[in-house]
Amino acid sequence: MKNLISWGMYPKVENRVFDFDQAEELTDIIQENSELIPYGNGRSYGDSAISSHIINLKPKDYFISFDEELGILHIEAGVLLSEILDSFVPRGWFLKVTPGTKLITVGGAIASDVHGKNHHVEGCFSECVEEFRIMVADGSIVACSKIKEPELFRATCGGMGLTGVILDAKISLKKINSQYIDQTTIKTKNLKETFEAFEEYSHLPYSVAWIDCLAKGKNKGKCLLMAGDFRDDGNLKYKNKSGLSIPFTFPSFALNNWSVRAFNWLYYGKAPKGVSKQRVDIDTFFYPLDAIGHWNRIYGKGGFTQYQFIFPKETSYEGLEAILTAISNSGKGSFLAVLKLYGKANDNYLSFPIEGYSLALDFKIEKGLFELLDQLDKLVIQYKGRIYLTKDVRVSKETFEQGYPQIETFREYREKNSMMKKFQSLQSQRVGI
Amino acid sequence: MSYIVIVGAKSDIAKATAREYAQNGYDIYLAGRNISELETFAEDIRVRSEKAVELVELDILNYASHQAFYDSLAEKPLGVISAVGYLGEQEKAQLDNQEAQKIIDTNYSGVVSLLNIIANDFEERRAGFIVGISSVAGDRGRKSNYIYGSAKAGLTAYLSGLRNRLYESQVHVLTVKPGFVATKMTEGMDLPEKLTAQPEEVAQDIFKAQQSGKSVLYTKWMWKYVMMIITSIPEFIFKKMSI
Ligand SMILES: Cc1cc2nc3c(=O)[nH]c(=O)nc-3n(C[C@H](O)[C@H](O)[C@H](O)COP(=O)(O)OP(=O)(O)OC[C@H]3O[C@@H](n4cnc5c(N)ncnc54)[C@H](O)[C@@H]3O)c2cc1C
Ligand SMILES: NC(=O)c1ccc[n+]([C@@H]2O[C@H](COP(=O)([O-])OP(=O)(O)OC[C@H]3O[C@@H](n4cnc5c(N)ncnc54)[C@H](OP(=O)(O)O)[C@@H]3O)[C@@H](O)[C@H]2O)c1
Repeated sequence: MKNLISWGMYPKVENRVFDFDQAEELTDIIQENSELIPYGNGRSYGDSAISSHIINLKPKDYFISFDEELGILHIEAGVLLSEILDSFVPRGWFLKVTPGTKLITVGGAIASDVHGKNHHVEGCFSECVEEFRIMVADGSIVACSKIKEPELFRATCGGMGLTGVILDAKISLKKINSQYIDQTTIKTKNLKETFEAFEEYSHLPYSVAWIDCLAKGKNKGKCLLMAGDFRDDGNLKYKNKSGLSIPFTFPSFALNNWSVRAFNWLYYGKAPKGVSKQRVDIDTFFYPLDAIGHWNRIYGKGGFTQYQFIFPKETSYEGLEAILTAISNSGKGSFLAVLKLYGKANDNYLSFPIEGYSLALDFKIEKGLFELLDQLDKLVIQYKGRIYLTKDVRVSKETFEQGYPQIETFREYREKNSMMKKFQSLQSQRVGI
Repeated sequence: MSYIVIVGAKSDIAKATAREYAQNGYDIYLAGRNISELETFAEDIRVRSEKAVELVELDILNYASHQAFYDSLAEKPLGVISAVGYLGEQEKAQLDNQEAQKIIDTNYSGVVSLLNIIANDFEERRAGFIVGISSVAGDRGRKSNYIYGSAKAGLTAYLSGLRNRLYESQVHVLTVKPGFVATKMTEGMDLPEKLTAQPEEVAQDIFKAQQSGKSVLYTKWMWKYVMMIITSIPEFIFKKMSI
């Protein structure tokens, strides 16, 4: 079998992939091996799901039951969010929390404690997790919820697969009455306007901004902010759009500063001035990138990474200004830069969100990039921020540790429950968790 | 009347096809050996699509049971999809006629026995569709799997004749020729990524082709051209090749 890689296509390392049918087989795999890591749909960007021994969860994709009354869906961990939408949007249900791609597994959503455009209202994915079952280091299965096994719950949600293999989960869905979203698009001219726009539209449940990282001087921080909420028109005729796919990996010179500029211009330039309103469907609003399958291949064989950090509200403005200046001075373009306002942090040990602003930037992996990112790390620390593990492939132990005050609790929990050797990813080895 | 019957339902292609049809509004009979093993899968489809799913025991090699099997279906189906197949081991089949017979009977004789019964009913009702999963292996015999390939060639010819016969009765027959598909059957084989389909892709292709009344489906689509080339190689060259 081929070696598994993640969405960033870097690093490429040899690994042994384990499939299992019955839970007993997984028990054997766990008891007989170490350095294991669960793998969902490989949509994490870096080395969170990469190790010498990988447990493939994708085939575990059964729907188990649905409680219509409570809106609680019981599914296996390998079910994709897109499959949930295919079945449940036409029946008037949507995910309470969804990231910017629907092509991730439920297990991956829990392990990264993912968040969406509504973090400032609904929080992380763990908020909708009623319960899950997880196979831990001794090969036994534990039923876990906020109440039943609170420590295991807090360690697992955001715990990057390092506490065991999530087998299935009960998640609560939310009622919707339309497959359309009323979207307001705000075109801002600089970072100050961008911040003001986020605050002004924070009453809307969904919001995100695409920011032009190459803009300099007084235009620095100009963006397109898109905010919205579901309509109430009873139209639920949702049909999954499976779009085109990038069929092969681009030669690596294809993506340069000019193509980044063209892309940003296309998006920014296309939007009308000031404030405008649109009606858009679920896939366009929540998952614009899924419209092009395997778009990661445009970065060429060397792969790419995403640099995502978050600052507390107090330092966000200054911090972002410093970071944007550093990037625009470096001349390295980021194809995609996404800015978002977050709500309160939860008490999971390693969940990423804190109240403040987060920026996510995609970079092609090339000479000089990691030096630039090291330089950005210093700013992240200086402004009291932290890095998102599920996007990361290179952060140092020192930088990582400074951002996460509960890291010792997590380490102790792993130690106490014999998880340290059993479950490891290249990332956990690097950052020492 | 809203059921279709899927035979050889434990196959990965069959399971993906069952989900695809249920998602598009059909109720499903899943038929196969030791079919009770599919109970959790049946529930999966029910939860996903709110469609009825029933399990029916069927051994394709037990010809005598086929009529009773078909009669036992509470509702006569709108269509049938057969995914039954057995790849077997070529080398073993060369030495052991029992293995050869099993390959031939599972892929050909058994399917013919069952489809004859269903075809007669559909013809009389002047309605219904029949989908048979054959294989590109049936397009030309190769040393690595010609016993399986010849049985599939037989099935392909059978389906073609059936299509011809049932045209008048408005019963539509679709021949499906998958290339490589990542399933239990091919587990552990080193298949070329670009030519290998996932079961879900095959299922979508089948649904679209059946709904639009297509006669022969290659999946992935490029297999049509791959096989065009392979079948056009002159025999005097082909016999020396290892492909
Ligand atoms: C285009 C795009 C947009 C994105 N947008 C967002 C966003 O808006 N917000 C956000 O939060 N994230 C976002 N992400 C990141 C993505 O949501 C996460 O990386 C997610 O965890 C990927 O899930 P996966 O199923 O692909 O898991 P993988 O990438 O395979 O694994 C991710 C982690 O989950 C663990 N894991 C997977 N399955 C299990 C299991 N069954 N049991 C235990 N651990 C498991 C792995 O060990 C690994 O640590 C985005 C990614 C892409 C490609
Ligand atoms: N995978 C490929 O690359 C590929 C390529 C071309 C064509 N095909 C064809 O596609 C179809 C589906 O194959 P697959 O890949 O999904 O492999 P598979 O899982 O091996 O499917 C074969 C199915 O036939 C069933 N079957 C075998 N003997 C039977 C019997 N006596 N009675 C009832 N059912 C019986 C099997 O049931 P059990 O589980 O009980 O054995 C299984 O469900 C087959 O016809 C195959 O020849 C596959």
